[in-house]
Amino acid sequence: MKILYFAWLRARIGCAEEEVRLPPQVRDVAGMLDWLRSRGGGRAEALQNPAIVHVAVNQDYVDLDHPVREGDEVAIFPPVTGG
Amino acid sequence: MIRVQREDFDIGVELDRLAAGNRRIGGIASFIGLVRDLGGGERVSALTLEHYPGMTEKKLAEIELEAHRRWPLDATLIIHRYGRLEPGDRIVLVATASPHREAALAACHFLIDWLKTDAPFWKSEETPQGDRWVEARPDDDAARQRWTSGREAEDP
Repeated sequence: MKILYFAWLRARIGCAEEEVRLPPQVRDVAGMLDWLRSRGGGRAEALQNPAIVHVAVNQDYVDLDHPVREGDEVAIFPPVTGG
Repeated sequence: MIRVQREDFDIGVELDRLAAGNRRIGGIASFIGLVRDLGGGERVSALTLEHYPGMTEKKLAEIELEAHRRWPLDATLIIHRYGRLEPGDRIVLVATASPHREAALAACHFLIDWLKTDAPFWKSEETPQGDRWVEARPDDDAARQRWTSGREAEDP
């Protein structure tokens, strides 16, 4: 599964994207974030505040209980500031 | 129509093109967003806009479709730039064309409000204290909320 990071999340984690293989017990966005936090490399700190960590699956905003599957394009980013 | 691009745009050319050949159109409303030289009380010498290619176009198209669903519009245009921009530079153009002004003005306002909270863009500002990411404003969420209350539907 491909995970993309944007803005200060990308800067803090230190990469724009990574290819991961989720463990089988991870089924939804909340579980994926918990698993990512456990992987180190600045992820625990960058992803600690769920209020400012937004997730899109296949380019749609989703909530924490949304399922994630192998082959999904997942993006993790802070609140948007365009316009 | 949606365009996400690095380069600048010519407002006159874009607005002319929006109404070209359609004699039903009685008015065009537009909003142009510019880079300010102040952010959070600090002098801003430039900003860099990052976006999520693919999702950006998808979200903008959804927002545009929603505007067409709510108001009788003949044409709409959203151009949003990315990359490094300096104070005074244009960031975004939203334009709406309709037989009557009410729909054009309301839809233009709606589009820029929704774009600010839904389109995946992020700004990083260059200041004398260093670069810093712009934080989302609660006002922007409130502005979007205005269009979900249904109030605009009561006054066509």
